[in-house]
Parts: sequence; C-alpha cells; structure tokens
Amino acid sequence: MGFVVSAIVVGGGLLWIFIRSLRGKDVDRRIVFGFVGITVALAVLFQLKFGEVATPIVKTLFEKIETLPPGSKIVISYDFDPAMAPEVLPMANSFARHAFAKGHRVYFFSIWATGQSLLQVTLHDIIEKEFPDAVYGIDYVNMGYKAGNEGVLNVIITDIRKMYPGDVNGTSLDSIPMMKDVHSLKDMDLLLSIGGGKPGVKEWVLFAGDRGNIPTGGGAAAVSTPLLYPYYPKQLVGLLGGTKGAAEYESELIKRHPRFAKIKTPALDMMGPQTMAHVVIISFIIIGNVSYFRSRRKQANNG
Amino acid sequence: MRRQVPLFIIICVGWVLLFSVFIPPMESWGEEASLFFDIIAVFAFFLGGGNLIRVHMMKVSRKSASWGYSVVTLVGFLMMLYVGLFKIGNPAGIGGSIDAKGSWFELMFTFVMSPLQSTMYSLLAFFVASASYRAFRAKNTEATILLLAAFVILLGRTPLGMVMTAWIPESFSIFQIPNMAIWIMNSPNLAGQRAIMIGIALGVISMSLRLLLGIERGYLGQEK
Repeated sequence: MGFVVSAIVVGGGLLWIFIRSLRGKDVDRRIVFGFVGITVALAVLFQLKFGEVATPIVKTLFEKIETLPPGSKIVISYDFDPAMAPEVLPMANSFARHAFAKGHRVYFFSIWATGQSLLQVTLHDIIEKEFPDAVYGIDYVNMGYKAGNEGVLNVIITDIRKMYPGDVNGTSLDSIPMMKDVHSLKDMDLLLSIGGGKPGVKEWVLFAGDRGNIPTGGGAAAVSTPLLYPYYPKQLVGLLGGTKGAAEYESELIKRHPRFAKIKTPALDMMGPQTMAHVVIISFIIIGNVSYFRSRRKQANNG
Repeated sequence: MRRQVPLFIIICVGWVLLFSVFIPPMESWGEEASLFFDIIAVFAFFLGGGNLIRVHMMKVSRKSASWGYSVVTLVGFLMMLYVGLFKIGNPAGIGGSIDAKGSWFELMFTFVMSPLQSTMYSLLAFFVASASYRAFRAKNTEATILLLAAFVILLGRTPLGMVMTAWIPESFSIFQIPNMAIWIMNSPNLAGQRAIMIGIALGVISMSLRLLLGIERGYLGQEK
C-alpha cells in the first residue's frame, strides 16, 4: 500500500516536472528541494524496505570476524563525527554485535574527538542492552580519544602504554585484565576503523595495518569509499561503503545469527529512502537531459 | 633566530623519523618524536579555541555583517567548554569520563550537536538533486561516459538495480547492474584512484625532501 502511494505521488510529480521541462518552462529549485523532501518523507513514513545481499567486499570482512577463534582481540576505532554518524554508526554497531556474539575481546579507540561521545551510543544501546553479561575490562575496554591523528597510531603500533597510560576513565592499563597480554597494536588480531575523513581507514592501513602486518578492515561514508578501493583486497580485508555497505552487513548478520532477527536495523531501514532518492535523482538527470537536447534541437532548427 | 630554530627542529625531526623507519635500532627515536608531536597537537586546541574567540569577538564588537551568528557561536562554544571542563551533571563527578551518561556534555552532544551536524550533512541530498537536474548534461563524449557511470553506480547502490536486472541469466551476470557497479568501482575507478595516489605520493616525496634539506621555507611565514 505504502509503496503504491509513494509510486503514485513520486511518479505524478516527476511527470509534472517532465511536462513542464518539455514546454521549456523553468522548474524552480525550491520545487526540486520540496519534491526530494516529500519523496524521502514518504519512504520514511511508509517504512519502505528492500532486501539486501552482501557483496564480496562486505562478505570477506564478515567472514574474517566470523572465523576468528573466540577470544580474538579486535580493535574498533570510532573515527567520525555526528555528520557521518547516520551512515557509519550502524556499521560500528554491527561490528560490535558480531564481535561480542563470537566471544571476541573488543578494544574501542577513537582518533577523532567526536568519536568518543558517539561510542557511548554503542556502549549503552548495544553492549549494555544486548550483551548484559559482557564485563568491562575483560570483554571490552574503552581507550577513549587521544589527539595527534596518525601520530597516535605511529606510537601505539610499537607501544600502547606510551600513549595511553590509562583507559577513558583513567584506570591504569596494567590493572585491566584484557590489557595484560597487549603491548602494542601488533598483538591485535584485527583492526577495524569506521570513518570517512582524515585520519580514518586509510591511516589505519598505512600507519598500523601495513607496519604491523595486522589484518585491517573498516567502513566509510559513501563519499570516501572510492578512495579506499585501491587498498582492497591486499591491505584491506574488506570494506563497508556507506549506508548500503552497512545494510549488507546487517542483512548478513541477521541471516547468519538468528539471535539478531529482531534487532533494530537502521541501515536496512534507510535503504528505502535512499532508493527513492536515487530514483528521483536519476529521473532528474533524464528529464534535464531530454529538455536540454530538445532545446538544442529547437535552437538548431531556428537557425 | 625566529626562523632558524623552527627550521633546525623540522630538519632534525624529519631525518629522525625517516631513519627510524629504515634502521630498526632507531625505531624508538621515531616513537619519541611522534609522542612530542602528539603533545604539541593538544596545544592546537588552545590555539584554535583562542583564535575562534578572538575572531568572533571582533565581529561582535565591530557589528560586522551577520554578527548575530558570532554571538551564537561564542555562546555555544563557551557553554560546551564550561559543561565539559567542570563536568556539570556528571554522575561520576569531576573524575568521571567527560561524556558519561547523564552528564550535561553528553546531553548537549546528543541532542544539540549531533542533530545539527547530521542536518547540515543531509542537506547535500537536496543540492545533489538540484544539480543533477540543472547541470548534469551529456554535452560531450566524456560527460556522457560520466553520466552513464553515474547511472550504473546510483542504481547499483540500491536494491532497485538488482530488481531491474535479475532476469539476466547467471552466465551474463556481469551485465546485472550491481555487478556492473562493482566493476566500475574495481576497475576504472581503481585505476584512476591509483594514478592519483601515485601522483600525490611523488609530490609528497619531493616536498618532504625540500623540507628535509631546508629548501622549502614557506611554512615559516614571510621574512620581515
């Protein structure tokens, strides 16, 4: 029902814009803005959903976490700000869910100042609620934020304690059980960075993954993903690109771990509005080009 | 002297960092230099904050154009600084984590900063749509190729791409839109990105050499 209503409204609107363009009349940009707003709002209102299947670049990363022996040490670094959060926070939550479900030990880092606050969302909404048995200091630790960008990675690749004498609460690392056998990042089994800016996935590859020969993966905002493709598959185990990458990971997680069948899936939910927005943009490109060629032909005919 | 000292520091640290990568016994030297960098990076926050206050105070005092926004910036900055520094409302007190659940800092971050930043970013969708209608024209061969690639990627990034081309038999699955999108990302995009990266790397190497040899002095500012 929702899909039909959305299709009628969006289709009707596009037809009106198309006819207007063919007549050579200008379509005010406020109409375009309003139309995009209505399209996305309809998709959200009717909760339009589509199925997702994991592509190889997502699946390899999923398999890496899936096949690591329980108790493996995984770094998840929150390298993003609230602007990117709607796109990449679902990735971070999925990584955390997956790692905890497999019984891995998770080390949360942040080399973006805003990442530390966004990490709280995962700690409160995912770990405390879905994994109440997880114990701080044994199953996971929050290392917090440190200034210095890639300079931080340059130090912790050889000695974590030089940069982090304590965790986010100031507790000495030596008194945290899961830090006892961890001296540097080289002791980790997998590095995951979630971001989209600098420093981000690329810096984790260059300053940590490559130098320490540690498997590295991650997720990035859609706009930054093309820049990371050169590192896949040799330097990056896998990569989640934008909302679609996050949605693919969520769908794989639900498929392979039935315990997550009823969890919130923000990325999968966002694919409906994203699909509708893409359809509108594609339609605008077509309409714009048709009216362009029509006006060019008219001009040629007139002389 | 004002120029010689920074120049000397840059040259020394640069060579130390370079040698620390290639000579294992010098690895700890590089580590120390990075540590100093991280400590200095913290001072950038003081400089940044101080500069922000200075610039906006000047705008307000001179009543420059849109000075009202400067007032909002200053109030927002000082409020965040106050609740963050003194950990107002923090259940764990002054010793707790800055963004502990229930603290004013956490509340302001979650309910003010996050929605504002997300809203600003999401406005892009509206401008992209408007630009796609007005500017994305197949005016020549290059623009047409770009347009077709954009089409495939846009469709390939949604489930619609799969729905539209699911009928294509498995032996020709490369022509399914999601697979075409993957091919575009893995082949032409990859080649282009690598070319750009190699170009940038060559530029970085030559600039680094200029810095290490003391030829590049632009970062020191103009000589008086």
